[in-house]
Amino acid sequence: MSARPRTFSKFRDVQSELEQSGAAIFRDGDGVESLIIRNPYTISYIHSYAEDSPFFLGLAEGRLRGSKCRRPKCGFVYGTPRSHCMVCGAPTEWVDLPTKGRVHSWTTCHFSGELFLKETPYSLALVEFDGVGSLLLVRLRDCAESDLYVGMPIEARFEANPKYAITDVWFVPSR
Amino acid sequence: MPVRAKKSPKRSKSPPARPTRARTSPARGRRVYIVTGGVTKFAKAHPAMDFRLMVRRAYDYALKGVPNLTPDRIDGTRISYFSDHFTRQLKAASMVQDYLGLNPKGSVRIEWGGATGGECVQAAYEAVASGRMDVCLAAGFETMSRVNTWKGNEFIALASDTNFDFPLGGFYTGYYALMVMRHIYEYLRLGKFANVRDEREAQRLAIAEGSRIMSLVSVKNHRNALHNPYAQYPKRLTVEDVLNSEMISYPLTREQICTMSDGAACVILCDEERAKEFTDKPVQVTGVGCGTDTMRLSDRPFGRVPLLPHEKAKEYEHLPYPGVHSFRAGRTAGIEAYRMAGITKPTEELDFVELHDAYASSEIQTYEDLGLCRYGEGYGFVERGDPFLKGIDYGFPVPRAGAMPVNPSGGLIACGHPVGATGLMQAVFAFWQLQGTIPKHFGDPALQLAKPKRGAIHSHAGTGSAVTVSILERGFR
Repeated sequence: MSARPRTFSKFRDVQSELEQSGAAIFRDGDGVESLIIRNPYTISYIHSYAEDSPFFLGLAEGRLRGSKCRRPKCGFVYGTPRSHCMVCGAPTEWVDLPTKGRVHSWTTCHFSGELFLKETPYSLALVEFDGVGSLLLVRLRDCAESDLYVGMPIEARFEANPKYAITDVWFVPSR
Repeated sequence: MPVRAKKSPKRSKSPPARPTRARTSPARGRRVYIVTGGVTKFAKAHPAMDFRLMVRRAYDYALKGVPNLTPDRIDGTRISYFSDHFTRQLKAASMVQDYLGLNPKGSVRIEWGGATGGECVQAAYEAVASGRMDVCLAAGFETMSRVNTWKGNEFIALASDTNFDFPLGGFYTGYYALMVMRHIYEYLRLGKFANVRDEREAQRLAIAEGSRIMSLVSVKNHRNALHNPYAQYPKRLTVEDVLNSEMISYPLTREQICTMSDGAACVILCDEERAKEFTDKPVQVTGVGCGTDTMRLSDRPFGRVPLLPHEKAKEYEHLPYPGVHSFRAGRTAGIEAYRMAGITKPTEELDFVELHDAYASSEIQTYEDLGLCRYGEGYGFVERGDPFLKGIDYGFPVPRAGAMPVNPSGGLIACGHPVGATGLMQAVFAFWQLQGTIPKHFGDPALQLAKPKRGAIHSHAGTGSAVTVSILERGFR
């Protein structure tokens, strides 16, 4: 057994070595050597949805909820709920959103952060609803990238076995 | 069914446009100058340097240029980096202060997402303008190579709403793709392709046109960088290369997106008296501006355009603003900085702009926010060639090259984007540009503009949730 880790001159080779042995030496073009180790880090957060909780509990019941400013003169309706109005600052109340809307904008992600790489490609859309002043970001399913367009009518579907996450709702093209 | 913008979306009510509060007079305070700067080469990885040594290298380079400015003359520092996740070392700014041997002088860590570096420049400006310091070092860094690219994407994506956006698989290229898709719809579908009857065909044509023009921007910045030895990815690209590179989030391809980098940069700011003592080529900071917007794209209002002095409300009567197509924070920062610097016609009064082109799309959107052209004219601005440089071979004709040079250095797309250093890198390159010392520092005269008097730097955080604009002006004859 050698006390000295293996040496590499390509940085990308260092990463695979770290997966295997946990340590490597990188030698750069000037001959400078750097000792590199693998440093894992995992953590589970105690993530509270706090004031947004009714939205996520609603998804589990197959309800899509937004919020509406309580001040009658304002009355702004939010497609993504918030417990205080950003226009006038008053508290809001929960309202049911329409389950049908239109694509305001869209993209198909062929890459992503590490957590979602295995799910690519997937499509995201900002949804606009009649009578609602702001949008909602969702996953779009059952629709090829080549069929998507701004203005496309879409409707909500809900997860039968809720995971209590925003992915408990998704949208599909309206028939 | 096809939906036209004026009918869509039907909304309960538009939030009233909130006017930017007019100041009765420009911000007051002492005159502030940049007297020197330094930057490391930006690279995919600098395994032989940690963040302390990278900053040290940039700092040593800066000090070398001003022999009278010894470390004992520095009153304190503002040190910026974006994320503790990347190095898993909290209080890293304190460790930089320590390593530079500047204890026990005062220091504050600056973090403002992608605009971290730009905010750091302004924090140092404030320290000097207020009289709290005579000489302030602004330094920034990021070491992003300590995790793989996909983990890095995830860390950056945590700078979006973790209840509603991140868990969808949201990540930054995806968010900017959503924004440019709407920008293309507003200005190409409803503009150049307004007469195409078939809605889906019209949108396909508009996206193809938008993608082609974004590729021109990528070619410009990558080819400018061929003359910048500090740039991470100088490349002699063609439009086809850019369009054919890997699709990351439709319609944005790999070559239209900046990369992750290791790097550091710094500038030293001081008052007028000290500036004269340290250099015969000082550059004055004559305007600073900052704006913000909602974290979630979903919450962006559909109101009115805050106007620059040369614009009229009537021009934008039917434009729901900012929606997700434009950066209200950038417009707000521009208004504030221009007002303070006394700029009323940006294209006539600025000689160049170094702006935050994390995406080729956001460069085009930012032309409009900063009033380099009207909203909706960003694509035409590129096609005419205004933001290109004279004397650089781009592989295609650029009729108006040199009219309004944007990202002469190569920008983030070609130089790299070590977040906490990026805005400071822009300050360094703009400082050298205004000094006329680009040939000396780059070892290549190609990117030096002819006697520029005034330039703007623009630093931008996540989907435009925070933007800074600073105006720099030649402070010598």
